[in-house]
Amino acid sequence: MSGVGEMNEILLRPKVEFDVPVEAEVISPDLFAEKSHEEIGSLPVFLGNRKMCLKDLFEIEGQSSTNIVLEGDFSRVKKIGYGMSRGKIHIKGNVGMHTGATMKGGEIIVEGDAMDWLGAEMNGGLIWVKGSVGHFAGASYWGSKHGMNRGMILIEGNTGNEVGKKMRRGTIAIKGKTGDFLGVGMIGGTILAFSETGERPGAEMKRGSIVLFLENCTNPPPLLPTFTYNCTYSPTFLRVYLKTLRKLGFPVKEEYISGKYRRYNGDIVELGKGEILIYEP
Amino acid sequence: MRIMWINGVEIEDTFAEAFKMYAARIIVTAVNRQWALEAATKLSGFATSIIACGCEAGIEAEISPEETPDGRPGVSVLLFTMGKKGMEEQLLNRIGQTVMTCPTTACFNGVTSQEKVKVGGKLRYFGDGFQISKLLGERRFWRIPVMEGEFLVEDYFGIQPAVGGGNFLILGETPEQTLKAAERAAEASRSVKGVVLPFPGGIVRSGSKAGSRYKFLRASTNTAFCPTIREQVKSELPPGVNCVLEIVIDGLDEEVIRQSMKRGIEAACIEGIKRISAGNYGGKLGPFHFYLHELFKQ
Repeated sequence: MSGVGEMNEILLRPKVEFDVPVEAEVISPDLFAEKSHEEIGSLPVFLGNRKMCLKDLFEIEGQSSTNIVLEGDFSRVKKIGYGMSRGKIHIKGNVGMHTGATMKGGEIIVEGDAMDWLGAEMNGGLIWVKGSVGHFAGASYWGSKHGMNRGMILIEGNTGNEVGKKMRRGTIAIKGKTGDFLGVGMIGGTILAFSETGERPGAEMKRGSIVLFLENCTNPPPLLPTFTYNCTYSPTFLRVYLKTLRKLGFPVKEEYISGKYRRYNGDIVELGKGEILIYEP
Repeated sequence: MRIMWINGVEIEDTFAEAFKMYAARIIVTAVNRQWALEAATKLSGFATSIIACGCEAGIEAEISPEETPDGRPGVSVLLFTMGKKGMEEQLLNRIGQTVMTCPTTACFNGVTSQEKVKVGGKLRYFGDGFQISKLLGERRFWRIPVMEGEFLVEDYFGIQPAVGGGNFLILGETPEQTLKAAERAAEASRSVKGVVLPFPGGIVRSGSKAGSRYKFLRASTNTAFCPTIREQVKSELPPGVNCVLEIVIDGLDEEVIRQSMKRGIEAACIEGIKRISAGNYGGKLGPFHFYLHELFKQ
């Protein structure tokens, strides 16, 4: 069977509505790149604890491509694009947990919502979610030394708690509201949260930057007392970041680029070299 | 000998001899055009000739806020050295002393290349442990705390093979006419992207030849083109020529030098100019030979 659509791409649609989670880390451009239609269909997946083939659960069109399109409800399908290093996965709906976790390169676009652990411990590439995201996006797994280490996660909706937990490098931008403990234990990297944020942002952060724009936020949470005010200024690095986001197509207001920010350093219970920048309208 | 004329000016059948160099492009941004230009002018200061300055540099172009990495007005500077080590040294010293010290500026790499020299990664130590690294995609920046706020500088600067020493000589009847022609030529030569004219106003009055009668001197005045000693040396000056000015061009590749020389020569061919010539060392020193007649063949 040849490629479908305008480009050579591989299209997957669930055959049924899943009542238990599917573990499908084989849905990855790295694995699909050189495989025939039959070989792709024979790749192993788990429906709950039952080992099955990809073709048992999904209709598959196309072959040998790094361009994957997922249509339908994938909200119970886990580990899509896990560890991928190239290519593109376009998810035209919701997607399950661990999407893009540990990925090293390539691009994942999610038109709907994504569940927990999106891009956890990722090492490169881009994840763009048009909807909302669960907890622990870009975070470290339990027991790991650090979370996201490179790459970029862009979220247009809201997020759950502990986004960017222990992240070391990379960028996370969130247009909507964020949950509690944003950037908890951060070691480095940058989180830009454009709307309301939950309790205790930056708790136990060592280094790294959390930028809070607090758009439409009438009741911003107090910062932890272990963050101290330094000055109000216009950070040049932030202009570079915001301009880069804009270039990618992520909405950024002009006043944020040229605006002033209050700088707090913390968390002084840790190294104290992290920072929270708060936009001053 | 072939004879070529442009607008009544003789184009001598000779060639400009140029050398292999390394180039870096430094993008300096600031709160406004004035401060970006201020920093870029200092950055490219005292960089006319590799002979005594350690590098050759000049302002390539002004850059609009839409095109700079931080959305502020910018200026691009091209800096040329003979080697990679010299480039690192020059960039480190010059950016550290002229851009970092200048209010509101930031400094970015403007060359995508596999060959790189570390600049921000060394300047960062000025931050005394309070410097902050930012990795955006593949580009690392350093935020160095300074009294005014923060200086942002890119970690590595790309370098690329380049061409230094493209040139032509304008032989005129009077100093006034020759200067006017040289000013026109410099402006036209500069209009090519990827070149700089490192000398004051893009013009050299003291062109040099290799060697000297003094053992300690590597280069000395270009006696063959000095009108005041015309009768004391083997002169290259035709009758009626009382002044010679040179345009020197450094560029990112041969093609931009060629374009720049062509535009410059065309602009220099005005009333009062007798001849256009070029400086070379008999073709023995530099691998790039720009024959004047061939510039106009396309």
